[in-house]
Amino acid sequence: MSAPSTTEGSSKTAPRGVDPASYDSDPSQFLKQRRGRYGERVAMGGLIGSAGLSVLITVGIFLALLVPALDFFREISIGDFLSGQRWAPTFADADFGVLPLVTGTLWTTAIGMLIAVPFGLGAAVYLAEYAPHRVRSILKPILEILAGIPSVVYGYFALFFVAPVILNDLLHIGVGTFSVLAAGLVLGVMIIPTIASISEDALSAVPQSLRQASLALGANRMRTTTRVVFPAAISGITASVVLGASRAVGETMIVALAAGPQARIVSSPTESGQTMTGFIAQTATGESSPGTLGYNTLFAVGLLLFVVTLLMNVIAGMVVRRIREVY
Amino acid sequence: MASLGSLATVPLKAKREGDKNAKSIVFVGLLWFAVLFAVLCLAVLLIDTFLDGRTRLDGNLFTRYTSEVIPETAGARAAILGSALVIVLTAAMAIPLGVAAGIYLEEFADSRRWYNRIIEVNLTNLAAVPAIVYGMLTAGVALSIGLPRRIVLCGAIALALLILPVIILTTREAIRAVPQEIRQGSLALGATPLQTVWRQTLPSAVPGIATGSILALSRALGEAAPLLLLGGLVFVNYDPNGLFSGYTVLPIQIFNWAQQSQLAFQQVASAAIMLMLVLLLIMNTLAIIIRNRYQKRW
Repeated sequence: MSAPSTTEGSSKTAPRGVDPASYDSDPSQFLKQRRGRYGERVAMGGLIGSAGLSVLITVGIFLALLVPALDFFREISIGDFLSGQRWAPTFADADFGVLPLVTGTLWTTAIGMLIAVPFGLGAAVYLAEYAPHRVRSILKPILEILAGIPSVVYGYFALFFVAPVILNDLLHIGVGTFSVLAAGLVLGVMIIPTIASISEDALSAVPQSLRQASLALGANRMRTTTRVVFPAAISGITASVVLGASRAVGETMIVALAAGPQARIVSSPTESGQTMTGFIAQTATGESSPGTLGYNTLFAVGLLLFVVTLLMNVIAGMVVRRIREVY
Repeated sequence: MASLGSLATVPLKAKREGDKNAKSIVFVGLLWFAVLFAVLCLAVLLIDTFLDGRTRLDGNLFTRYTSEVIPETAGARAAILGSALVIVLTAAMAIPLGVAAGIYLEEFADSRRWYNRIIEVNLTNLAAVPAIVYGMLTAGVALSIGLPRRIVLCGAIALALLILPVIILTTREAIRAVPQEIRQGSLALGATPLQTVWRQTLPSAVPGIATGSILALSRALGEAAPLLLLGGLVFVNYDPNGLFSGYTVLPIQIFNWAQQSQLAFQQVASAAIMLMLVLLLIMNTLAIIIRNRYQKRW
């Protein structure tokens, strides 16, 4: 690997170095770099700039959301926005209470987590603690495929299969075309791989000596798993759950297709209801011109969504740092 | 109370817990069920989509534009070309930037400096920002510099921003896996730090970066949410022809078709889903082949 580059290097430096006059009078001149490496400085600047760009993106997100949102809040007070119970931005008697959208998001997220946490953690524990090597090498790629399926495909699946076939025909739960139940269930399936893979990493990182000690004291595998390995990995597992929940809150295509187009306070899982992301998706596809209240509404809801997911991630980071055990 | 002497004569026998008691078996059964559930969901999803769309997996899907009036022969031509154009542009923007940022953070950044720590914290948070927010960011920027937002360039920028954290992360992991001896050897022979990165570290890390980048691009290919604001014209019946042309992409087209009430639209949507899943499968297989064949084990 290094052979070609050394020959290349010497062939480049040789003509510069072979200068008999300076060689005789002052050998140090021969070794000294004569030109400054300006090209390298430019390249280095490029590298730093690329890394700094990520900070610029965050600042950009804040500004892009905040500026239209501030225009919005000049017309609608923040109190009305956060506590209002009717969301009807396009009606003649417009109301901008965001609570219906929030309840929609809460329902789909809660149902999704109800599916994703037990199944995700179960899969993680099985893969990390029980699965023989061969089974693992088959199951891991399957979970990766599940993670790689685009969310619009899950949305289609929720709308045309889970709601009509599974919920209505098979389980006889009367849901309409749209329901937070169908959206939430499929959302949960989508998040299983997220929780499973991060939790599995956390479980696999628990040192083998802990398991051996537990087994040596007479605990069987189940007790070792539930009382020793699981608690030891709890920080990573918590992080996976919070990350999964924040993905559920921010997921758009499933809820846009399957949860329903009307914003209303949702009081049971079989009802339809719009979520925050669902509202953004619906309004975004329409032609709302910039500067209007309708356009700014989009960004007010977007800002709320961004703040909520950011808070979840910051809290997850703090929890992980506080309860992490270092081995 | 027994004396120590008498205790010593009793054989030491702790109550042993085997792995074959009812509780353990139920526990393992539940774990099995959790895994099986995930596998089952994948199987049902694939079979259902295939059955819905099998009649429409024909030439029309590739050659025809979508149609409002005759969904029976509607195709995804504009969406396929749009997806291809957007993904190429996304790669052209995200990979150089992500690799450069990854090199800086892994090879040159002093993690004790406050500005480098800000970049690190910022990156973990960026990775968790909902996809649709990137669309709103791009729409806002496009508005402020006077660019129309429903064009190829804006869509590609939004997707590039979305996958940038992922590419930075994979670059860092790939570079970290290159052994320190390679760098030391290069530096000892007189190469500057940047020459070392360019001629030694980076070439050794290319398979890892390629694998991660392809996976990130496959995510971008299936991502629709940020493009709702930046493309998503409902019926596009022309080929995209450049950076500033209107366009649609496969996931957006699927989203539009799935919202229509006629059964024929539902069928063409599932045919398009099959097409998209096959594309994703090809990309993922490519990534795995690169990983297995070219990645060096040091």
